[in-house]
Order: sequence, then structure tokens, then C-alpha cells
Amino acid sequence: MFLFQQYDSFWIFLLVSLFIPFLAFSISRFLVSNKDGPEKLANYESGIEPKGNTWVQFQIRYYMFALVFTVSDVETVFLYPWAIAFEKLGLFAFIEVIVFILILIVGLVYAWRKGALEWS
Amino acid sequence: MTNIIKISEKELAQFFNELKIITTFSESIWILAYTLTLVLVVTTGVLVIVWLERKISAGVQQRIGPEYAGPLGIIQSLADGIKLLLKEDIIPAGSNAWLFTIGPAIVVIPVFLTYLVIPFGQNIILANLNIGVFFWIAISSVVPLGLLMSGYGSNNKYSFLGGLRAAAQSISYEIPLALCVLSISLLSGSLSTVDIVEIQSKYGFLSWNVWRQPIGFIVFLISSLAECERLPFDLPEAEEELVAGYQTEYSGIKFALFYVGSYLNLLISSLFVTILYLGGWKSSIPFVENFIQNISINYGINESFDVLKPVLDIFTTLSKSYLFLFISILTRRTLPRVRIDQLLDLGWKFLLPIALGNLLLTASFQILSIN
Repeated sequence: MFLFQQYDSFWIFLLVSLFIPFLAFSISRFLVSNKDGPEKLANYESGIEPKGNTWVQFQIRYYMFALVFTVSDVETVFLYPWAIAFEKLGLFAFIEVIVFILILIVGLVYAWRKGALEWS
Repeated sequence: MTNIIKISEKELAQFFNELKIITTFSESIWILAYTLTLVLVVTTGVLVIVWLERKISAGVQQRIGPEYAGPLGIIQSLADGIKLLLKEDIIPAGSNAWLFTIGPAIVVIPVFLTYLVIPFGQNIILANLNIGVFFWIAISSVVPLGLLMSGYGSNNKYSFLGGLRAAAQSISYEIPLALCVLSISLLSGSLSTVDIVEIQSKYGFLSWNVWRQPIGFIVFLISSLAECERLPFDLPEAEEELVAGYQTEYSGIKFALFYVGSYLNLLISSLFVTILYLGGWKSSIPFVENFIQNISINYGINESFDVLKPVLDIFTTLSKSYLFLFISILTRRTLPRVRIDQLLDLGWKFLLPIALGNLLLTASFQILSIN
């Protein structure tokens, strides 16, 4: 129906933009001659031999930010329908949303106090 | 098993036919032509931005900048692009080749896709989706995935750190950005980009959203700069610490894709600043509109006005957004880089509460004005 038909141009654009990197890669593969050597293919580490492995267990800091992000982002997604239907829903929905946001602010403050938002 | 598949195929085909998803062939060809035109125009726009950036940076630092390729060096960026296309494409021995190759593609594809909802003029838009701005927010959050993949896949310590930083940075600044867009759509009562611009045209430039959302405007500007990884916030590629961040191992066409992707992102951010806060394609200067009307009445050339109007629309949109590009280039040359902890503090402890407060303030004013 009309709802689906709107997205025709999206699908075509998706195909076109999938094709762009593919085209770029194949052109460069067609034109360029590769000469490989062990020195050239080594990882760059300021000109010395690479030491140790990169794929190791890593700091938890980034993980904490990702967790807080997930919560806040889901919250934002829930707020979008309310913002669109704001004039129809009126005061009651506004109060409800304030309660909803307050709960999440409590969570954010908790994370802040616990030091999840601290870098070091 | 095969029977079930056949039956379900039939059902699916019927379903699709009923929904009329498959439009006529000629219609698809037209859409394809529009899409290709848009891609070409946008890529040319990127070349212009690169040239502008080099020229303006040169002006700030009292140099001349590119001058040999074409008049004023205007095809320098095209020459650079062709050079990158002809460069050898190295995949490091220790890397995960699959992730390494697919990373830049995943960065570029969503950025191209977001141009779907950009209105350059009244009817000059590929698809006036009713989810408009939300489409941008949803699609653009795929980009950090590509950065993370290329950072991890390179098997290089600098790349890995750069990829992690890029992901942390773009997820931190996505929430203030989404909240600012939320306030705008609350004011407009719609997510469609066309509607948002139309609503800002009531009282000329006084009805632009900048005046109704000054806090949101500033927060949006800062967080879109951070989303584009522009200089005050270019932690993922901080040269002194991380060589080139997630791009360290990349060369040739894959590096070019990252490059094009970042400039496309910059262009789309400034286009969105124009659309959300500065009245989009509406020139909104009473003098100009009167002047054009007078001309068309005096000379009786309504038809030529019809031709002229889209050109004028596109010109207005692009000049507003290039103003923001100019500002971001100047920012790059004048502000020092922040530290990673300062960056995350700014995002989480300053912009996020302010954006939330701005949203609640907007909603309260809106409630008061309704009642």
C-alpha cells in the first residue's frame, strides 16, 4: 500500500549505494598492480617490529559507556511517538512523560555517582 | 520441505502483488535516474568542500594553497581522488581481510543513504518519508559499526584504539543530537523534513527555529561537529597519539572511501542544521521575494519563474549549509583538540542534561500555548 510504496526509492537508493563501494573496489583491483612483501604487509607500529597481539581483552571503560548509551537511546526512541502526537495527547501524556524521564534521570544519576561516566 | 517453501513463495508473491510493492518499470527507472543524479551532485559537493577546506585553511595560515591544478587549483581534489584510485591497495598480513575490506563500505553506504530525506527545494527531494529526520538518526548510527570493524580488523594497536574511541564518541554524542531533533519535531508536530521547513515559513526569517530553540541549536551544532569527528573533537584520528586512528593501515581506494564518507557526513550535518533551524530552502528575506514577484508580474514571465524557482531553492539551501561548512573549517583551524575524558564529560555531563532540559522546557511552553 502507500506506506510501502514510499520506500521504493529507499530500496533503489540502497542498491545504488551498495554498488558504489563495490564499483570502487573493482576499478582499483582492475587498474592497480600489487607487489607484496613481508615488510610491506607488516602492521605499522612506528617503524619497529610489531610486539604482542592486538586482539586481547580490553578496558571495561568503553563497555560502561555503551551500556549507559543503550538505556538512553531506547528512552529517546520511546519519546518520539509522544513528540509527534503531542498536541493530541495533551497535559496527561506530558505528566506521564515527565515521570518516565525522571525514572531514567534517577538511573543516570546513579550511574554518574557510581562513576560509570568517569574516564579514569 | 520443498513443498512448504514453494507454497510460501506463492503466498509471498501474492502478498507482494496485493501490496503493489513492485511499481512499474518506468517509474523505477526514473527513481534510479534521480538517485544517480543526487549521488553525482553530492560527490561533486564533497570535491568542492575539500577544495574549500584547503583554500580556507591556507588563507588562515597565510599560505596560498592548491594553485596549479586548474584555475585556483579547483580540480586539485579530483586529481587527489584519481591518484587514490590508482594507488596500491594493501591488506596487512595479520589483519582480518573480510572485516578490513567491509569496514569502509559500511561507513560510506549509510552516509549516502541519508541523502534520501534531504529536501533541496519544495519538491526536490528523493522521498518525502513521514519518518524523515528519524530515518537520518537511525541510519547514521550504523556508521560507528563500520569504524569499529575496520579498527578491529586491522590488527594494529593504533587502529584498535582509534576504532574504540570513534565508537565511544559517536554513541555519546548521538543522544544529545537525537534529543535536539526531538524538540524540533515536538514544535513542528511532524518528522518529515519538508513539513519541518514549511512550518518555519510563517513570518519570514523570524519564524526560523533558531529563535525558538537557541539552546537546542547550539547543542545540535556541537554534537554534529563531534559526530563528524571534526577537529576540536577528532580524537579517533589524533595524530600525536594514534598516528591516524582507525585509518592507519588503509591505503588507496579504501582510504578514499573513509575520506569521502567523513566529508559527506559533514555536508549532511550542515544541511540538517539548515533544514532544522534555518528554514531550509525558504530565502525568507521579504525584499528578495518581492523583487522576484515584481519581475514576474512586470514582464509577464510566469513560466520562466517556474523554472527559476527550483534553482533559487537549491541555491538558498546550499548557501546556508556552506555557511556552516565555512564555520566548521574555521573552527578546525582555530580551536585546539580536547582530551578524551573532556570529550566524554562534555557529552554526558553537559550536553545530555542540557538537551533533556531543553526538551522539557519546549514541551512545557508548548503545553502552555495549547491551553
